[in-house]
Amino acid sequence: MYAYDELDRTLINERVEEFRDQVKRRLSGELTEDEFKMLRLQNGVYLQLHAYMFRIAIPYGTLSSKQLRRLAHVARRYDRGYGHFTTRQNIQFNWIKLAELPDALADLAEVGIHSMQTSGNNTRNVTSDQWAGVAPGEIEDPRIWSELLRQFTTLHPEFSFLPRKFKFAITASAHDRAAIKIHDIGLRLHRNSQGETGFEVLVGGGLGRTPFIGKTIKPFVHGRDLLSYVEAILRVYNQYGRRDNIYKARIKILVHELGVDKFAAEVEDEWRAMGDRALTLDDSVIEEIRSRFTYPRYEKLPHMPDELKQAARDPLFERWRRNSVFTHKVQGYAIVTVSLKPVGGPPGDATADQMDAIADLADRYSFGEIRVGHEQNLALPHVARRDLPALWKALDKIGLATPNVNLVSDIIACPGLDYCSLANARSIPIAQELTRRFANHDTAELIGRLHINISGCINACGHHHVGHIGILGVEKNGEEFYQITIGGRADENAELGALIGPAVRYGDVADVVEDIVEAYLALRERPDELFVDTVKRLGVEPFRERVYATR
Amino acid sequence: MQLVKNGKIATDIFVHVPDGAELPGDGAVLVTATRLLEDAEALSTRSGEVGVIWPNNRDVDDLVPFLDRLAVVALVFPTFRDGRAYSQARLLRERHGYDGELRATGQVLRDQFVFMLRAGFDAFQVKKQADAEAFAVTANRYSVFYQPTGDGRVTALNRRMQQRHSESAGQ
Repeated sequence: MYAYDELDRTLINERVEEFRDQVKRRLSGELTEDEFKMLRLQNGVYLQLHAYMFRIAIPYGTLSSKQLRRLAHVARRYDRGYGHFTTRQNIQFNWIKLAELPDALADLAEVGIHSMQTSGNNTRNVTSDQWAGVAPGEIEDPRIWSELLRQFTTLHPEFSFLPRKFKFAITASAHDRAAIKIHDIGLRLHRNSQGETGFEVLVGGGLGRTPFIGKTIKPFVHGRDLLSYVEAILRVYNQYGRRDNIYKARIKILVHELGVDKFAAEVEDEWRAMGDRALTLDDSVIEEIRSRFTYPRYEKLPHMPDELKQAARDPLFERWRRNSVFTHKVQGYAIVTVSLKPVGGPPGDATADQMDAIADLADRYSFGEIRVGHEQNLALPHVARRDLPALWKALDKIGLATPNVNLVSDIIACPGLDYCSLANARSIPIAQELTRRFANHDTAELIGRLHINISGCINACGHHHVGHIGILGVEKNGEEFYQITIGGRADENAELGALIGPAVRYGDVADVVEDIVEAYLALRERPDELFVDTVKRLGVEPFRERVYATR
Repeated sequence: MQLVKNGKIATDIFVHVPDGAELPGDGAVLVTATRLLEDAEALSTRSGEVGVIWPNNRDVDDLVPFLDRLAVVALVFPTFRDGRAYSQARLLRERHGYDGELRATGQVLRDQFVFMLRAGFDAFQVKKQADAEAFAVTANRYSVFYQPTGDGRVTALNRRMQQRHSESAGQ
């Protein structure tokens, strides 16, 4: 965990007071709605279909139990008793009252969380691998660098009014769990031949109306130069990014229009011109940040404790363990993913009671730490393997032991037309119906790893382009239709899915998805050939034929 | 519109001379970039001070040769959402060493003051009177800064390092 110091605390308190003044000026009419809009967006406040929506950052997906309890408190005190975890390590509350927002922010500030820059045309929450610091084989903990970037991007005096929103993601593992290739800046931590730590820098990834996979503009930027290099990128973008058309304003369009080589050269020129580099990080500064991350004192524990051997006789436990428990870098410990995808439930939602219960379980079994992943699930990152059976029972009691992590019913979905003023179609009921169709866990396990992503509009908050099966809601003559793509993926081999055929009606989506899955089961070479690999091998055509033959 | 300069409400002595209008013989004038680039000579033979309104979509490199004869560079925020002039300001101050008046014009509201000060602005053509009057309070709203800029404010990282040094010196 990163521990805020007095300076971090002072800054967020100052921000809360500023926002309190802004809300007061809006309520008194001193600020027009147009003026206020930008200010509230800078604080994560959207006006949605029914009410204001409030988005809170969970930087690099790390939460303490105390912070999670405070989120539960906000859900209870200011909202309707639940929150929604998003695909960018944020949590959203959907029923907040404007006049109460400053108090909610003040409550959160007490435990070191805030909503700064969770919306608006600025640098957003810096996201990272939810297994940072515990994943086996990681180069080093990417959260040190994420925190340096968090501080650098918070209230940046030059880059708080960019052409459009701007998102960073960092990974330090060979397997990318942070989806860095679909971010404005993706950073892959690695070591050069001298053993020094640095970053491959990718720019211009992003989904939305015009999806792109990020391109590498520099294979190695030394860690000490990370901030200055990022400043050079942002300066080029701030000056030359398009501002005439909101749909062409993201950095991906600038990179595309200039060409990646020309863009890289512009950045390089700017970076060299920066000269003295007040931003260069010397080792002591990096160490300073590193020293404020605390790590658990792990015990020496066996890999296969008796508790686990015994529990292995229970097939229900085993099923959960197979899907939810992952290898930890320390022997005797495990990473446990807590599925927020119950059958029939909205993906990523948690009630205040569940949040409190997870916080208690984290205290008991995970050194008080919780992680939030872009798949809209939570994780307990340091669970002793001997505690797994007890944890499973406790999770099951609060409805959080659905054994579907990474399976077909572990669906990523945006809030869609049920909440969002931008949406063209509903997402949540589609997800709910699909989880019911695939409610049989034996079937789900037979199908294997399969990611379904649903977005209710072209803005792609549900990352449909990179779902193994992607579902995009569109509107045709006042009716909800859904375009379906297959073969997308968001990991180190990121790819955009290909359209399988004409858009289908709301009522047909679940049938079509079932047909796609059946086609896969018939077409796969072996049981362990994943859906996405079968699509890669065969292309879209055999799927199209089977799915549309009778339609 | 109210000018705030060096933290205080001030009278604007610069007369804005649009393109095509005749240049007054003396007195301080603010001219457009076009006039500055085309009439550099006429401007330099006048007795009064000259300032320029530099658009936010024009490279400040073109302005650099004139900097030592300008009393004011006014940068433009067509709307407060358009942040290009923050980059221009930092480049003028930090890369090109401009030390004359750097004025923010356009849609300038109190909520931008801290950003603008940090980027190097020292004069503000403020849209609303109430915002101009609130300048001192608003400008001092923050005491912690994460990024180094040319304004010289000590960053949080540096303050932490100083604290560490003084702690270890005391041991």
